[in-house]
Amino acid sequence: MRRRVTVRAPGLAVRLDLRTLWVSGALLLAVLAVVAWTVVAVGVRLPMADIIEILDGGGRRADRFILLDLRLPRVSLGLLAGAALAMSGAVFQSLSRNPLGSPDIVGFTTGSATGAVVAILVFGTGPGGAAVAAVVGGLLTALIVYGLAAAGGGAVRRIVLVGIGISAMLVAVNSYLISRARVDAAQAASVWLVGTLNGRTWEYVRLLGLALLVLTPLLLLFGRRLQLLEMGDDSAQSLGVRVNRSRLVLVLLAVAVCAVATATTGPVAFVALAAPQITRRLTGSPTLQLLPTAITGALLMVLSDFVAQRLLAPAQLPVGVVTGAVGGVYLAWLLAGQWRKGN
Amino acid sequence: MTPRLSGSGLTLAYGERVIADGLDVTIPDGSFTVIIGPNACGKSTLLRALSALLTPKHGRVVLDGASIGSYRAKEVARRLGLLPQTATAPEGISVADLVARGRYPHQKLLRQWTPEDENQVAAAMEATGVTALADRAVDELSGGQRQRVWMAMALAQQTGILLLDEPTTYLDIAYQIDLLDLCADLNEQGRTLVAVLHDLNHACRYATHLIVMKAGRIVAEGVPGEIVTAELVEDVYGLRCEVIADPQTRTPLVVPAARASRAARLTR
Repeated sequence: MRRRVTVRAPGLAVRLDLRTLWVSGALLLAVLAVVAWTVVAVGVRLPMADIIEILDGGGRRADRFILLDLRLPRVSLGLLAGAALAMSGAVFQSLSRNPLGSPDIVGFTTGSATGAVVAILVFGTGPGGAAVAAVVGGLLTALIVYGLAAAGGGAVRRIVLVGIGISAMLVAVNSYLISRARVDAAQAASVWLVGTLNGRTWEYVRLLGLALLVLTPLLLLFGRRLQLLEMGDDSAQSLGVRVNRSRLVLVLLAVAVCAVATATTGPVAFVALAAPQITRRLTGSPTLQLLPTAITGALLMVLSDFVAQRLLAPAQLPVGVVTGAVGGVYLAWLLAGQWRKGN
Repeated sequence: MTPRLSGSGLTLAYGERVIADGLDVTIPDGSFTVIIGPNACGKSTLLRALSALLTPKHGRVVLDGASIGSYRAKEVARRLGLLPQTATAPEGISVADLVARGRYPHQKLLRQWTPEDENQVAAAMEATGVTALADRAVDELSGGQRQRVWMAMALAQQTGILLLDEPTTYLDIAYQIDLLDLCADLNEQGRTLVAVLHDLNHACRYATHLIVMKAGRIVAEGVPGEIVTAELVEDVYGLRCEVIADPQTRTPLVVPAARASRAARLTR
């Protein structure tokens, strides 16, 4: 039996699941631990005392640069992007009722990368233009995948199959464009093939932070309808959910969140795919819950980046290499499970 | 007094495929109305239109004096509940949690679990006899128990009108009767029920008002004992039969003619 606490006050009456609260708290602590460890101990060691001094406005200039301009923006962006991808993944997996129905599998993140690569190689834009193009690319890809899947019968479930196909095509497009480009441009564009947090400044953090400030409350507001939509369109409608409109809004929000995150980090695989399922198993909840999933996503991202920075130190791997490697294993396990269930 | 739920001049279609044209229907308040008819006669389609799941091409469904399409979705859900055929329970969800979802149309963002919600969920589980199953996972239950849980969810929605789309399909005979008894209880407590059923004899036993459909039209309606005749059944289903009095309830009992006395194969 699941234990609950009911919180009631004038104007407030909510019921919270104890296990979900515990798990969320534990995940938050884990996030804090990884963040602290990353900030203190990766590369040049900054003792806690120094960090406190720097945050207080003092410290040596070199140390200040390392902490304030390299490590903090990097880890902040990791937290935000991880949370964003995870929420986006939860929405899509819930709507498609398929653990594979995740933006990194169905090509939305690859589409963002295509947008950026095209912007850099074809139109010669800088990083800012590439980020904008990444958002546009992600939205366009989502539109195409959604349109093709919905054509002739509107089955959201078909998104997975259509998306995998589109994704494969986009990977080919990206590789082709880069293979035809001049070396320096190809180098600039190739960072968009694998997501990375290397060299990310506060500017990226601000961009993603602002976007999430607007999009997250909307996602949470509409997110409650996800659990009703999971019972089937007729059930949801008879409980007072405008099914088509709710689904459209949720898709748009999830695509936007994913596209903005990808515009700041490049296509980081696996987080959107795994975070919702990991959270579901930890909380034992029958439905995907957005906030705990967001915390898991943030944790996966900073943990992967920690590994990426340490693995071949002092060389720094892009975080996408680590998530991609772990994600490949996870995906194989997931597919094997589905295949067994299918038999 | 005008009835709470009715439809007039309804043209019902899926895309270009017209199922019913110019249909008028009235659900008497406080009735247990049962809609019957052969496969593909449009009975489920009519139920979908009555519950705002399907928007009529022409005509309108009127709920409590206003077109059903003019209400907000949650407002409709506070007045009228529907148990669809296609409901799926999320993997591993408990009975109590599923029933609690019926409270959605009454909840606000920050007011999701008031004492009223709690009481209504408990009452709904009590009325359907699933209180003892509250902590069990829905997917572990038998088909009959599961259907009772879905009924409980619809009851938690606390609506005066309840629509049921083939609620007894896939249940064995004992569970079918059990569920229909539950429906009759709910009806006697004052709820208006509308159910699509397949079994003519069940319909005759339980309906206080019967609507008989054929090819998108209503061909007969009224108290079963007054309208169900061998001629009607043969006309609607193309099946020769005899209608006798049910030895238990004195309602009409449809007995198909023996094979030898039926001349040909079903022609419809």
